[in-house]
Amino acid sequence: MSAQASGDSVPGPPTGLMGEPGPAGRYGEFGGRFVPESLMPACLELADAFATAWADPAYHAEYSGILATYGGRPTPLTECARLSAHLGVRLLLKREDLAHTGSHKINNVIGQALLTRRMGKHRMIAETGAGQHGVATATAAALLGLECVVFMGEVDIERQALNVFRMELLGSEVRPVGSGSATLKDAVNEAMRDWVATVTDTHYCIGSVMGPHPFPYMVRQLQRVVGDEARRQCRELLDGADPDVVVACVGGGSNAAGTFAGFVDTEARLVGVEAAGGAAITTGIPGVLHGMRSQLLQDESGQILEAHSISAGLDYPGIGPEHAHLAALGRATYATADDDEVLSAFQLLAETEGIIPALESAHALAWVVRQARELPAGSTVLVTLSGRGDKDVAQVRDILAARRRS
Amino acid sequence: MSATTPIEGDRASVPGALETTLRDRRDAGAKLLVPYLMGGMSNDWVQVLQAVVAAGADAVEVGLPFSDPMMDGPVIQEADVRALRRGTTPQGVLDDVIAAGVEVPIIVMTYYNLVFRAGHRRMARSLASAGVAAAIVPDLPLEEIGPWAEEADAASVETVLMVAPASPPERVRAICRRSRGFVYAVAQMGVTGERAALGGEAATVVGRIRQTTDLPVCVGIGISTPAQAVEVCSVADGVIVGSALVRRLVEGGGPEAAGSFIAELRTALDAVG
Repeated sequence: MSAQASGDSVPGPPTGLMGEPGPAGRYGEFGGRFVPESLMPACLELADAFATAWADPAYHAEYSGILATYGGRPTPLTECARLSAHLGVRLLLKREDLAHTGSHKINNVIGQALLTRRMGKHRMIAETGAGQHGVATATAAALLGLECVVFMGEVDIERQALNVFRMELLGSEVRPVGSGSATLKDAVNEAMRDWVATVTDTHYCIGSVMGPHPFPYMVRQLQRVVGDEARRQCRELLDGADPDVVVACVGGGSNAAGTFAGFVDTEARLVGVEAAGGAAITTGIPGVLHGMRSQLLQDESGQILEAHSISAGLDYPGIGPEHAHLAALGRATYATADDDEVLSAFQLLAETEGIIPALESAHALAWVVRQARELPAGSTVLVTLSGRGDKDVAQVRDILAARRRS
Repeated sequence: MSATTPIEGDRASVPGALETTLRDRRDAGAKLLVPYLMGGMSNDWVQVLQAVVAAGADAVEVGLPFSDPMMDGPVIQEADVRALRRGTTPQGVLDDVIAAGVEVPIIVMTYYNLVFRAGHRRMARSLASAGVAAAIVPDLPLEEIGPWAEEADAASVETVLMVAPASPPERVRAICRRSRGFVYAVAQMGVTGERAALGGEAATVVGRIRQTTDLPVCVGIGISTPAQAVEVCSVADGVIVGSALVRRLVEGGGPEAAGSFIAELRTALDAVG
């Protein structure tokens, strides 16, 4: 099928928007590499290792091969007939919920697990919020025979108990993090602290387009398969045309980055949707956290604020630096969806299309539901459905039950 | 790649107050003792600062509390939490430093976001106005240090850089060229916190630093006891002691407990210095 799957070419423009960020990992004023000296050599080694791997057809062949025969790629593009009629736009879903482990996260972790092996390391660590990245990392570790420890906030462990058990079934250790807000940001801190001490034999498999260079670039490249596939599929379906609007949810922003990478050089309007309680672009200001300069929720002294959202995966006070750059340039716009809109969109998709989305992905849908009337009639809207909602069913049941009682 | 740095690396022609103090002490045959305290962690932290100076500290590292201290273990994290719960702000710590009126150089240790948020120039000038001699910004590596270093140099605030066990020789050279005051030798890979035993890495790191600079070299990360301080000072010029001191304060100790621990370290170092 694609050039990428055959492993004989490297996708994407080498320079320009969403190209290579250069050796310092800059996206305009954002990005960079703000880590202690103890981690600098590892970041430099990783940048070299990824550059070498990414230029190596054998790496692409193995990566694409695993995604095809194990990961469930390519994922389908689904046209939503009933919901389209309801909304008055032509709604297409890129179905990352059908990928192995239930989200787009598998694309990234397969790539990083292969890289871990290439670097001669035998252990991976990861942070997780909703548990999707943790489950994906545990899966890749099991597949390639690597040790794996996943750091997860105690609040998230409570919210996502089943995913904790999944990771344990897959042979990984889940380490509870009780510091700070006990959510995703604190899990990142704890993973970084582990990494400083273990860096010689451990790779930190970051789950989103965040952290010090080369992570934002590397994770975007490993996720661009979402956007590249969707673009081909859209052109097939739309007689060579691109969608008018491309929408994805954004926490750190990996599914959005992968999606946007496939459409950044088209006429499509790009929209990222953040949780209203964790809107780094909409309400954040520039700062430095977790190795990167980006937009952050922070107070006037520079203390990082806690994000609050119904979805653990979007409870993050920052955003990937390339998103901050795309926002500054105006090439992508970033909106928010609140918990109520998200719950409604979650139910609407289930009832009209028979698809239960992840709460994270429901943010993107919620934007479409809200904005559909503002879009020109007959607009084609592509939404990346980044994950499935199985993990959220119990939480949503409890919330809806509580609402009925009150 | 890493070997070339875009910033001016040559040492200032006039050494700053911290470097001068530490060199003078070293030349007089003393081993250097640099305790670390978290600014604003308790009501009596100013008295703690005065007590460690009275007990023989050659300089004191004062932390500005941060919400996400990535380089720190549980003890310093707890100190951050306590300081922030008390409403401590960076300027509040600096005001306390002025009020403390201690004679030894003060080194502020802060994560970069507090500097970035304030603005490089404003932070550098605030430190200088408070009489702070130097700064350590652990998540600001050589490659990213340019804008801060320029303002810090202009305000005569010495920026102390760290060399890690993982730093290859060409990075060690570049870091030592850019470091002011002294060079911070990281004793082991890992975050701050007490260790039962030190690995052999500190000696290796100190050796690499000595090959490229005659700046004073102090070792930190994990130095917990007088015996460990003495061990490290067989190769280094001095030690930085953080978590072992802060733990005593977290556990309820005050100026007296802090002073007597620092006095113990001072006595042990003076016996070999």
